[in-house]
Amino acid sequence: MELFKKTNFDFLGHKWPFIIASLVLSVAGLLSLAVKGGPKYGIEFKGGMIMTVKFAQPPDIEKIRGALTRALPSPPSVQSFDSSNEIEIEVGLDPVAAQKDPNAGLDRSKQIVLDTLAATYGRPGSGKLDLNNASAGQVSARIADPLQRAGVQLSQQQVDLLAADIISWRDQHGGLITKIDDLRNVPGLTSQVLSVLNQESYVAPYTAARNIEMVGPKVGADLRQQAITATLLALAGMLVYIWFRFEWIYGVGAVIAVFHDTIITIGLFSILNKEISLTVIAALLTLVGYSMNDTIVIFDRIRENLHLNRREPLGEVINRSVNQTLSRTIMTSGLTFLAVIALFLFGGPVLHGFSLALVIGIIIGTYSSVFVASPIVLFWHDWADKRKKTVPEASASALRQGPAKPALPRSSVKVVK
Amino acid sequence: MIKTVVIVATVLICIFGIIGFPTSVDGLKKNVARRIHLGLDLKGGSHLVLQVQVQDAAKTTADQTIEQLREETRTRNIAVNGFDRNDPETLQDTDSIQVNIHGVDPTKAQVFRNLATEKFPDWILTPVNTSDYRMNMKPSALLDLKRNTVTQSIETIDRRVNALGLTEPTVQAHGDPATQSEILVELPGEGDPQHVKEIIGATAQLKIVEVKNEGPWKSKEEALSAKGGILPLNTELREYVSAGGGGGWYLISRTPVITGQDMRTARAATDPDSPGRWETSFTLSQDGARRFEKFTGSNIGNRLAVVLDAQIRSVATIQSAISDQGRINGLASDQEAQDLSLVLRTGALPAGIKYLQERTIGASLGDDSIRDGILSGIAGLIAVIVAMLVYYRKAGLNAVLALLLNTILLMAALCYFGATLTLPGIAGIILTVGMAVDSNVLIFERIREELRSGKSIPAAVDAGFGKAWWTIVDTHVTTIVSCLFLFLFGTGPVRGFAVTLVIGLLANVFTAVFVSKVIFDWELSRRRQVTALSI
Repeated sequence: MELFKKTNFDFLGHKWPFIIASLVLSVAGLLSLAVKGGPKYGIEFKGGMIMTVKFAQPPDIEKIRGALTRALPSPPSVQSFDSSNEIEIEVGLDPVAAQKDPNAGLDRSKQIVLDTLAATYGRPGSGKLDLNNASAGQVSARIADPLQRAGVQLSQQQVDLLAADIISWRDQHGGLITKIDDLRNVPGLTSQVLSVLNQESYVAPYTAARNIEMVGPKVGADLRQQAITATLLALAGMLVYIWFRFEWIYGVGAVIAVFHDTIITIGLFSILNKEISLTVIAALLTLVGYSMNDTIVIFDRIRENLHLNRREPLGEVINRSVNQTLSRTIMTSGLTFLAVIALFLFGGPVLHGFSLALVIGIIIGTYSSVFVASPIVLFWHDWADKRKKTVPEASASALRQGPAKPALPRSSVKVVK
Repeated sequence: MIKTVVIVATVLICIFGIIGFPTSVDGLKKNVARRIHLGLDLKGGSHLVLQVQVQDAAKTTADQTIEQLREETRTRNIAVNGFDRNDPETLQDTDSIQVNIHGVDPTKAQVFRNLATEKFPDWILTPVNTSDYRMNMKPSALLDLKRNTVTQSIETIDRRVNALGLTEPTVQAHGDPATQSEILVELPGEGDPQHVKEIIGATAQLKIVEVKNEGPWKSKEEALSAKGGILPLNTELREYVSAGGGGGWYLISRTPVITGQDMRTARAATDPDSPGRWETSFTLSQDGARRFEKFTGSNIGNRLAVVLDAQIRSVATIQSAISDQGRINGLASDQEAQDLSLVLRTGALPAGIKYLQERTIGASLGDDSIRDGILSGIAGLIAVIVAMLVYYRKAGLNAVLALLLNTILLMAALCYFGATLTLPGIAGIILTVGMAVDSNVLIFERIREELRSGKSIPAAVDAGFGKAWWTIVDTHVTTIVSCLFLFLFGTGPVRGFAVTLVIGLLANVFTAVFVSKVIFDWELSRRRQVTALSI
């Protein structure tokens, strides 16, 4: 099967609508960034506490937000994921407390959130242990004595193992036990143990043990700085390599193109109000690699065609090269896009930001190679040619026609070289 | 032929690297789980970043220097009014550590200067005026101090975490090596991070100090006003926190007789004096015991205080010379006594600890991430494979083989290097797969082009591989160059991305160019007359 046998689109002739689209997107993104005061950073970069809580049924977000706002010194952000019963509770850094001991404030926020959740959805007054929010150690400590009293002959080690089995059964079943009787399926759990569990514990309809993250203010700033430095240096490294392999303007074109992709992606994230987290940074790095790869494939073809036919104007060479690689560009982008779309659709909430960045990045990265990187190279060469032309008249065409024309003075040929 | 052997051998070595020699399906699962190290974001666990408060160690060093100066000036008969030091509060102020020497007898100035340069090579002595001096730490000595403090902290925390009996904890230096003061602690699996945090963070700066013969006072203010608002040199006020009420503020010496470093063993026991309470008794090392005996022997009738983390835990009058035993009593619970003996046993931290970052990923979330990740990965892979087969027919099969082999090589390399697979690492794998697909597409499109231009099939295959080769080299080298920078200057997750990507790209050069070509050649040599190529 072949879709693009011999295409001959005039890509560079139609570059303007695309360049304008690029500019509009970049400016819109930058404006959104400016209005919102920079990107919406994830917790890793700005500091604070974040907790992922999973509920058995769709939770009442407003109720939780209300309860937390009353309990916490500063209002939290409570967000739900569309497809699941999970919510994300985020509490920012308290700038005053952070000055003294950042961790104290974070620990306190965490405790307040846990207590509020327990008060709203659990039964903290019952004196029983909440199995959905307990660790294996807590379970074992809680049931060891009652088991003995109930006449179950188990050594401490066996009780520990049993508790660990209960907790890992819970974690393998999405982290939530619906009712204690379900634990019957845990190997080695007899009805006697079950009655002790029923008497000593209960299951709250939520679990906060999914993900808890606390980041102090210094780490965030450091991490941000380091990610930016590393990326800029990586870009510089690529520029030098391409300079070495092609010409410096190719390096500049390629780096501007990937820069353009990154800016637009970050801008779109800002417009869509999505967070830039560490995994999104990984996705940005991926798209830098991807877009760079795409650009180099076209550049390689341009270089090859220039060697084949030195007399053809650069614009035509570029057009032909893009056409020749078009089939490959569409195939590769299409295939990679397939893989990334799968990730976006089925990858779950953790990978959501990551795959979104890639979905955006692959589209933009593909077209920036054609409509950003190549025009830059062409612009530069046209401009350089024009400048040379002004020195001796028509010298450029003299070169194209070769030394066969003896009418021209020799010196003018030299100038061109 | 040799090429085929190379390929088959590589595949076998890789498969062995990932699954070993399994004898059953369960054994296979176990082997894979043991060989592929999953990061905490995929398997659950706690991740703590903490910062060593190096300035604490600088203060301790300054205190020891003051004590030595006092001793040396006394033996050399140099009259000195007193010594003190400044109090750097934050980590950034560590370098400002300074010892002040007040009122040195001007006639002994030369002797004093000689003493300072001879006996205190780590310090620079600067005269402030004719009788006052200050000493600042040399940059090289400061650097050593910082490095040693962090290394010692890592060792201590490592001992503490291991004493808790957790599975495969890691404790290692973290962050920028130039200003390194951070430690990363990773505790895989379900646990109780709060408890671990308390154990790690317990500075357990234990010291036994002399109590000055005054006090105790009811409050800090009362104590201060009793001393006329100014504390005598080298003393400090500390509160006695007693379990049964009482207590008060004592004026104690700043220089300890015994520190946590002199501790040999410690254990928890019930408190014989107050029923229902617990105590931790400890034994001192030989060296510490000798010093302790000397001190208690010459201070009978005076009082001693056991100070733990800036709080006095017990005060006792010295009845007779004590050599190597001591106890901290009145602890509220068995757990508290156990924890205290654990931190005393594993040694005190040379400096305080601040938590910068903490992350606890539930094992259930990790499981979900892996399931979702694998599911979406397989869905994506199937889509890519189907598209390749439809578009390139038999040659597509070739590409699919190369792609699968690439993934196997990458996983095997991760297993052999003992690298950890994290979410950013998976990002690296996705880019690798993208570039592997791209390499194949590049080659196939090139072969098609060569065929269109009228070349014979074998010549077109050769030319296709030959011309695509340099493009593949350029794209791969560019990405590897950028990975180099990401690895050198990036932090944890960014590095993980770079490592996986580099391995994947190297594997890709092997599979897409070498293996794929061998398969093509084999396909062509099988048929005598090559009239059509399925591409």
